[in-house]
Amino acid sequence: MLKEYLPILILLIFAFVFAFGILLLSHFVGPRKYSDVKGEPYESGIKPFMDARVRFSVKFYIIAVLFIIFDVEIVFLYPWVVVYKEIVSQGIFIFIEMIVFVVILLIGYFYLWKRGAFEWE
Amino acid sequence: MDYSIPTINLSVIGPEIIILLTAVSVLIIGLFPNYRRWSISIVFIGIIFAFYDIYYLWNLNQVGFDGMVLADNFALLFDIIFLIGTLLTLLLSGNFINQYIRGTGEYLSLILFATLGMMLMASTNDLIVIFLGLETLSISLYILAAFRRSREDSLEAGLKYFLLGAFTTGFLLYGIALIYGSTGTTNIYSILNFLKDGSVEIGILFYIGMILIIVGFGFKAAFVPFHMWVPDVYEGSATPVTAFMSAGVKAASFAVFLRLFITGFSPIISQITGILAVLAILTMTVGNVIAIVQTNIKRMLAYSSIAHAGYILVALTALSRNIESEFSAASIMYYILVYTFMNIGAFGVVIYMEKSEEEVLKISDYAGLGFKKPFAAICMTLFMFSLAGIPPTAGFMGKLYIFSSAVESELYGLAVIGVLNAVIAVYYYLRVVIFMYMKEAVLDFSYLSARPVMALSLSISVGGIIYLGIFPQSLINLLTNIL
Repeated sequence: MLKEYLPILILLIFAFVFAFGILLLSHFVGPRKYSDVKGEPYESGIKPFMDARVRFSVKFYIIAVLFIIFDVEIVFLYPWVVVYKEIVSQGIFIFIEMIVFVVILLIGYFYLWKRGAFEWE
Repeated sequence: MDYSIPTINLSVIGPEIIILLTAVSVLIIGLFPNYRRWSISIVFIGIIFAFYDIYYLWNLNQVGFDGMVLADNFALLFDIIFLIGTLLTLLLSGNFINQYIRGTGEYLSLILFATLGMMLMASTNDLIVIFLGLETLSISLYILAAFRRSREDSLEAGLKYFLLGAFTTGFLLYGIALIYGSTGTTNIYSILNFLKDGSVEIGILFYIGMILIIVGFGFKAAFVPFHMWVPDVYEGSATPVTAFMSAGVKAASFAVFLRLFITGFSPIISQITGILAVLAILTMTVGNVIAIVQTNIKRMLAYSSIAHAGYILVALTALSRNIESEFSAASIMYYILVYTFMNIGAFGVVIYMEKSEEEVLKISDYAGLGFKKPFAAICMTLFMFSLAGIPPTAGFMGKLYIFSSAVESELYGLAVIGVLNAVIAVYYYLRVVIFMYMKEAVLDFSYLSARPVMALSLSISVGGIIYLGIFPQSLINLLTNIL
């Protein structure tokens, strides 16, 4: 049974040997010349004019976090929509359940709003 | 494809729903500074309603959500323990809330969300829901630990707790996955049936999964190789949060242990008695020995809480040896209830001693308290006696039950080691009492004013440990019949 996997093993060994072999080869054989221009980060041909480490305002992170939360909400809504028509015949429960879910998220939204998470200034 | 809606029975999670609605409403009310002062009253009303609902559900043994959630008396008893812990903590939090008045809504709702997670953990029959409850509990506690966000030690506590907690959650989830892989179910009763059935051999993966689950909850309950976070987190968090954490999380973890051991894993649990015994000995000994050298009272109580987890583990070991023993299970539940009273009470006196801007945490600061503030000192003395296990307090009865359950299961060595540990513990508990009554005061206690609400909480705790210490029999009878 294991015999069937032999080609995969050979392929794996070959891949490793080839990949590391090439890396080692270029490390030992390749010529290396350093210069100031080469050491600079490439920024689409424009000369770098400041440090790459800049402090971002925390507001960006808050916006990103909020985006993820409401994005995940949509992820839950899609499968619900797909099965809605078939399952709603068994009762209104599936509708109420989603209303509860959205209301809980709206409470979170209201909280963020009042706390000033959406104010940029 | 056919879809069917599972049978839902919302009344099963009635107490949980009440707590959730309360938490959400205080979160909203906290946003309006004019109405903020009402939030604490709303929390108390919510907790009273939850108690009433538990009283209503008692003895009904309801099941809902396709058998995933159940409200048997075991779950309801643990709900009561969690709610008592929450109530006592909130009564002690007045000063803390006033310091962080803008965060009132967040603080109260996070405490309630954590309680909700604990209640869910106790009242479920499914490993996935246990995990869900644990995460609700843990995430709330990570935030609460870092609640004093302008202080470095609080942030350190929050981050440390979060990183280590997230790591051990991985262990727990992996354990659940392995058990699902080898049994094909996450339902605890189905796991029991699988083990009883015997037609399929129980593989090594099932045992690994069981051990990983014990590791995951052992972290939360602070068993000894997984205890490293406890002192730092307890010291860095605000003291009311520490009180809440020390009692509630431990109770929730042991609730899950009891549920898993008594139902799910019961046919094979006697095979891991040895592991549990080693954990119990390590936990008791390390906790007690390190507590001796502590000069900071919060760190001392942190190590003492590790040691108490060890005592409860002794009873759990006895239970695993003799799974039919209702007495072992009852002694665990009794000890958890008593521990809630005495530990939150001890932290309550620590909270009372705090100044508004700085904490008074050295044990030597308590010198002379006995004559300046007799009520606080008497409460502290009783809590220390109870933690040390001196009659007539409930701590004594709790230890008595635990060690006799170990003897009942013929674990004599474990019982002897436990008693020796209890003797070591007397030293550091009584040191606080000695400082309070036999040393000259170094601090001017004039900053301490009467705090009626806090006194109420301390009185409830003292009443609890005295009453349960003198009349334990009716409660023990109730607990033995609960399973």
